[in-house]
Amino acid sequence: MDPILSVIVDGIMYSAWLFIAALGLTLIYGVMKIVNVTHGSFYALGAYAGASFTGAWLARGYPPMLSYAVLAAAAVVITLAFAPLVERGILRFMYAKDEVVILLITYALFLILEDTIKLIWGVNPYFIAQPYALLGSFEVGGLSYPTYNLILVGLALVMGGALAWLQHSTRVGKLLLAVIHDPEVSRAMGINVGKYYLVTFTFGSMLAALAGSFTAPTVSVVPGLGVEVIVLSFAVVVIGGLGSLPGAALGAVMVGLVRSISVHYMPQVELFVIYFVMAMVLAFRPRGLFSLAEPRKI
Amino acid sequence: MKRDRTPEMIGIIFLVVVLSGAWLPQWALFILTIAFAHGLVALGLMLMLRAGLVSFGQALYYCLGAYAAGALGKFLGMSDIFVQMLAGAAVAGFAAFVLGFLLAKYRGIFFGLLSLALSMILYGLLVKNEALGSTDGFNILPSTLFGIRPAADWVRYCVAVAAAFAGLSAALLVHRYLNTPLGRLAPAIKDNEIRVEYMGTSARHAIHVKYVIAAVLAGAGGALAATNVGHIDPEMAYWTTSGEFIFITILAGTGNVIAPFAGALIFGVIHTMAYDLSPNTWQMSLGTALLALIVFLPEGLWSLFVRRKAA
Repeated sequence: MDPILSVIVDGIMYSAWLFIAALGLTLIYGVMKIVNVTHGSFYALGAYAGASFTGAWLARGYPPMLSYAVLAAAAVVITLAFAPLVERGILRFMYAKDEVVILLITYALFLILEDTIKLIWGVNPYFIAQPYALLGSFEVGGLSYPTYNLILVGLALVMGGALAWLQHSTRVGKLLLAVIHDPEVSRAMGINVGKYYLVTFTFGSMLAALAGSFTAPTVSVVPGLGVEVIVLSFAVVVIGGLGSLPGAALGAVMVGLVRSISVHYMPQVELFVIYFVMAMVLAFRPRGLFSLAEPRKI
Repeated sequence: MKRDRTPEMIGIIFLVVVLSGAWLPQWALFILTIAFAHGLVALGLMLMLRAGLVSFGQALYYCLGAYAAGALGKFLGMSDIFVQMLAGAAVAGFAAFVLGFLLAKYRGIFFGLLSLALSMILYGLLVKNEALGSTDGFNILPSTLFGIRPAADWVRYCVAVAAAFAGLSAALLVHRYLNTPLGRLAPAIKDNEIRVEYMGTSARHAIHVKYVIAAVLAGAGGALAATNVGHIDPEMAYWTTSGEFIFITILAGTGNVIAPFAGALIFGVIHTMAYDLSPNTWQMSLGTALLALIVFLPEGLWSLFVRRKAA
């Protein structure tokens, strides 16, 4: 078995997961200039909703093949229940504040949501291995991989493609571009900026929830699940450039490959390398690899 | 302008701790010591915040200080609390001096994210380091004071007095520093950095100095927390630890050098009580408090105190 091949296959699978997890974060930053710590909360909400909805679905004896649709539906439902509330109820009053202050506000919201999750689902772990085991496995170069991971790769491609298409080829995307460049002028031109912020926040959070619900079958869903995802997706997004879609893809691939190389050859530096890459990128290109020059503000 | 009474207040607080500490129960002394340890870290963050910088990775220096203190005990058998604090402060200060050349160039969100990345690097290294106990960390020898081992009942009291001494002398020194030209530069950097440069001073140098001071304080605080708890683990470098320090700093405000210690004590008491009353909703109470503070009291609890005095 060629070790390089397995490094690449592992790297691609991990990259796909990272990309899904980080996509919403970069979208929300790109449009609203919010470094959103609640991203991790929506990931966890999605994971819990996915695990409990799918668990209930399977317990009633409904067709297990449809459990993938249930996972997706769970993420959508839970986001619609929470994200508009967070944006309309709290965040929209804060947009005038400094970027760092808004980050602190989302940190406060993250703490609140963390306990909301415990109040809803309790502190006992949830397991739903069935969707994971159902598809069996496939072989690459003598090593077998769970087929479920291919769903994640597919999901990443579909999400990235759909978002790029939305941004570049639709009317909504063009209007969104105007909002990104200058919210004030957009408002003067008759664009409902508040609505765009609401939709962006909800959609970005939904991407986090989808990442969570599709990860739920591969892990045990426990409190504190979203905490690690926050820093990981920060790393991915910062490497590529905050707010850039191709940047998030590049960041995910870089982190995915670097991690898989270290897991195969030097497992003791697995976590270290991820943040080392992040620090290096920040040190030499603070605005990330896919960033444009920005004029210094006086 | 009113006469500055901060040095007197600091002296009174020290006397109160020394005198009342002998009667306090062990758990209260524990909370008090942790408050001084966290207060030291928050004091450093306050210095940065005055210049408009929020570090999301101050846990890096807190953890470095703790591991420096732990390593002294583990490999050299040294458990004197003041030596540990000095070692923690020195290691953290040196690291900050080196990293400061890079970080002093950054502002706003990028300063926060880079400091976060650096603290996560330390976390990543410690988690996989078997000599230092990986994720479990290791235990620390009971503290001694100038080579004397206090009786078991008095260890906590001695540690608390040492903590008060270290914390309050740091507060006094920082208070002096705030009145030097370099210290007074901070709000100016926050307001308009380019004007600071036009005045002929270097904002980068000022920030580098503040960054090193903040790290020294955090390192001493980490060493103090380590000997007080008797155990250290990589979690001390995790981003949630940095988050708690920022919480304390925002809670306290930047009004006075005593504020971070008061903030840390309030945080410790709220944390202990909320955790005791309802272990599953204490984060919610913290989050709600933080949100309310940012919205209604952006200058921290200390501003409440000052405003009432002025009125």
